[in-house]
Amino acid sequence: MFDDRSPIYRQIADQIKDDVFRGLLAAGAQVMSTNQYAAYYRINPATAAKAFQQLVDEGVLYKRRGVGMFVHDGAQQRLREQRRERFFAQVLEPMAAEARELGIPVADVVARIHQLIPGDDR
Amino acid sequence: MIATNALQVRYGDTIAVHDLDLELAAGRIYGLLGRNGAGKTSLLSTLAGFRKPSAGTVTLDGRPVFETLESTSRICLIGDDGAVGDGTDRLRDILDMAATLRPGFDTGYAAHLMDRFALDRKKTLGALSRGQRSAFGVVAGLASRAALTMFDEAHLGMDAPTRQLFADELLADYGAHPRTFLLSTHLIEEQSPLFEQVLILHEGRLLWRGDVDDLRSRGIAVTGPASVVDDFVYGLTVLAERALGPTKQVTLYGDLDDEHRKLAARYGLELGPVALQDLFIHLTGGVP
Repeated sequence: MFDDRSPIYRQIADQIKDDVFRGLLAAGAQVMSTNQYAAYYRINPATAAKAFQQLVDEGVLYKRRGVGMFVHDGAQQRLREQRRERFFAQVLEPMAAEARELGIPVADVVARIHQLIPGDDR
Repeated sequence: MIATNALQVRYGDTIAVHDLDLELAAGRIYGLLGRNGAGKTSLLSTLAGFRKPSAGTVTLDGRPVFETLESTSRICLIGDDGAVGDGTDRLRDILDMAATLRPGFDTGYAAHLMDRFALDRKKTLGALSRGQRSAFGVVAGLASRAALTMFDEAHLGMDAPTRQLFADELLADYGAHPRTFLLSTHLIEEQSPLFEQVLILHEGRLLWRGDVDDLRSRGIAVTGPASVVDDFVYGLTVLAERALGPTKQVTLYGDLDDEHRKLAARYGLELGPVALQDLFIHLTGGVP
């Protein structure tokens, strides 16, 4: 269920962020409890709590004392901006480096991108 | 909640546990890792009050443990032999006995667990398979609801589905009734997600203590051309090396600073994670 590339709490936080980004968890929705996460993934509840804390720090979730964790208004928008900011550094730069190493002409790369994203010829 | 101070456990000339200072907090699940002969079982039985410290102290909330009923009634240790009674005892009689001896014992919960683990109350302990005996140990240990519950290789002989069932029941009951667990295991990768912290015992001493993610993040595998890797790891803590033709992989221990990360990227070295089990093997002296 988890890879060993990054800490489990971060993988859980990333999954929740994905759910928020895709709208599966809407603004104001309640997130499952740490014990529910612990049972589902068979992990220590403190690990789930650590993931929640990270998401609170990042402004994705907020805590209602005694009730649980909820998705922040605007979290989806914020995550979208975050991912857009990272797109060039995390997605495009490694691709450009690989293309260069393989000697693939820029024109070929651009042509393929146009094929993949049709209708955007600006 | 439980604390040791300069604890020593000795058998004749052999010292199983050396000057150990350890404190476990209430309401957490701890993992106890160590090679065979590291002192895990000696430590667990001394924490449980089965054995008198050769030197130093063991206290539960400030009270001594050994020969102190107020303490031992709040501690439950299930040994790795799963011998929670005599071989001729019926399981239901063992559970009835536990219910009279242990103030917190939950008979209804024990019955639930017996069903979940498909154990027959009418059978004798001696008639169980190794895995069933371990499962019955889990029933007795969890249903004790002891403030400190310890399992010495609870999963010995259990098949994979039964081990998952153990994890499920442990987490469910821990969520409903938080208490302190200390679980020894050799199944490092499988069991470690259950632990809030791990303790690594090596040759009777505490080698490492902390959260699992923290330990995991300390292992880094560097792979690349041998001479480049050798230059890169100069001055760093090397746990192990392996070569395959012109390629070399070195396992490093510790935090890698940004400068090294940039260097690795520049030289085309691959930085990867190290499996927890490999890290454990290297930290405790490598493969014999």
